[in-house]
Amino acid sequence: MIAQRITKRILLSFFTLLFSASITFFLVNNIPGNVIDVLAAQIMESYGVSYDEAKQMAYTYYFGYESNKSLLERYIDYITNIFRGNLGTSIMYRVPVNSIVVHALPWTLFVLSLSLLTGFAIGTLLGLLMAWRRKTFLDPLVTAYASFTDATPDFVTAMLLFMFLAARLGWFPLKGAYDESLTPGFYPAFIISVLYHAALPILSYVIEHIGFWALIVKGSAASVLEEDFVKAAEARGLHERRILTAYVGRVALIPVIAMLAIQLGYMLGGSTIVETVFTYPGIGYFFSQASSTLDFGLMQGLFFIIILGIILANLAVDIIYPLIDPRARRESAR
Amino acid sequence: MQGELGHEGVLVNLYYSFFRPIIKYRRAAIGFVILSGFVLMATVGPEVVPLNLKTDFSQRYKPPSFQHPLGTDYGGRDIFQQIVHGSRDVLTIAALAAMYAITIAVTIGILSGLLGGIVDAILTGLTDIFLTIPSFPVMMAIAAVFEVRDPFSFAAILAIWMWAGLARSIRAEVLSLKQKEFIEAARILGLGTSHIVFREILPNIMPYIVINFITMIRSAITASVGIMFLGIVPFKITHWGVMLYMAMFQYGAVYVPEGIYYALAPLFCIVLLEYGAISLAHGLDEIFNPRLKTYE
Repeated sequence: MIAQRITKRILLSFFTLLFSASITFFLVNNIPGNVIDVLAAQIMESYGVSYDEAKQMAYTYYFGYESNKSLLERYIDYITNIFRGNLGTSIMYRVPVNSIVVHALPWTLFVLSLSLLTGFAIGTLLGLLMAWRRKTFLDPLVTAYASFTDATPDFVTAMLLFMFLAARLGWFPLKGAYDESLTPGFYPAFIISVLYHAALPILSYVIEHIGFWALIVKGSAASVLEEDFVKAAEARGLHERRILTAYVGRVALIPVIAMLAIQLGYMLGGSTIVETVFTYPGIGYFFSQASSTLDFGLMQGLFFIIILGIILANLAVDIIYPLIDPRARRESAR
Repeated sequence: MQGELGHEGVLVNLYYSFFRPIIKYRRAAIGFVILSGFVLMATVGPEVVPLNLKTDFSQRYKPPSFQHPLGTDYGGRDIFQQIVHGSRDVLTIAALAAMYAITIAVTIGILSGLLGGIVDAILTGLTDIFLTIPSFPVMMAIAAVFEVRDPFSFAAILAIWMWAGLARSIRAEVLSLKQKEFIEAARILGLGTSHIVFREILPNIMPYIVINFITMIRSAITASVGIMFLGIVPFKITHWGVMLYMAMFQYGAVYVPEGIYYALAPLFCIVLLEYGAISLAHGLDEIFNPRLKTYE
């Protein structure tokens, strides 16, 4: 039964990918004529071919299809190309999108995973404490904080951090992923430089997400606290901390873990803003550069990568979930 | 549950069902006051406050004064005037996007829940796909490629990527309503599908739609201002998102101490506006939900 559910998810993921590729095809197909003219003119000059040939070459080179074919053939060519991993070529950087992905993706994954884990850990701790000790100052404080950060879009947080901590006080670097004077490698000075440059982007995500996690975990833990097995554990005189971690926390976190993938999706979308504010060379930075300079090749390739990341994260949660939650196993077996 | 009412009846009904609870619940009241303030600013503001966009570099980055309540920008122009005139575009785009999205969501949700079968399977699959695709990057890309300049098409682009969550929950609502006696009674009485949809189902999910309208306005503000903040849709320079783009990426107001008001004024307005929307939505949820429960 689990196999059936997962097959369904994989099928849905495939259709989502196909749909996304169709969107990017639709975008590329609507590329303004003047953009193609500029590209064709460049190719004419460097290869000494006629205008029509140059135009053909521009389409094949940047988007992976030939423009003189019918719409359906172009669509099929484009889709097979992108599913084979050929993401096209950046117009601005003149390199395959794949090589930009190879350079940018590690930075994005580094910042996102560290932010997700930090935010999740702090939020979970606060949420458990809020559920456990109801009548303290913690609950109203965290709730107020959560509704404030909820009303604060990521660009507000990122811009405030940049303006005050980087531009005005100069405590943090203005741009980049590491100190340019250092050669990349695994030595302390470089690692510290990387963490120093990633600090503000990570802080932007963490500030935004702590309140969210705290409220979710609080809700989940509050319902677990009502369960008989918790009362039984209390009656047996177990230590508070043990009840909170081994009894309440373990059960309360299971439904919350499913939200990690959803949250990662939001963060990938938000990385376009956060990475642009801090000029951090990740996927989001290149995507927003591509969008504002109309670099169609790069835009469609990176968009496909962002979707692929989100789909893989969702799939991973779907596959892992029955393993950590016995109830999901039993329910799907029914 | 809703009788035929005359004009006065509607007003009295509006008072009892809308204004009185808002006064009673503090959270909704705060949100209502904040949102009303912004709506007033967007409707009446531009008629009362003049807009002077002539640059005067001798007046560059002036702090707040009696003459310039919020100071001046990099070109010596009054920030307060820009905020007031920009609020109209910010709210128009957000309200339009929310309206479009609600229409799509209600149509798809009701069709999916009511018809069931193959239509439901296809629409649910479509909803799932739209929920998985990250909305912000795709809005960005489409807005950039089609070089949108007018609020109507911009709102439409936002709405296409905003309806899915609501459609899913409306479908669930309709599925549970379908089991209720009053729908069954309407069916047995031979009242047509349009009667069931417009007189039975829609009034019952109305509170839900109103709350979602407000939360959608809020997410449309986040998305539209975010896209303009990245400089992808060059709109009027009074739009808050464009002001932030200028402050952050074009004229470097964030790097100089005097430029702080130019960056902070739109930021503050966005946070306050979104806070108002969230408060009103949560407050209305508190008001409507206990009543919804008594129906069950």
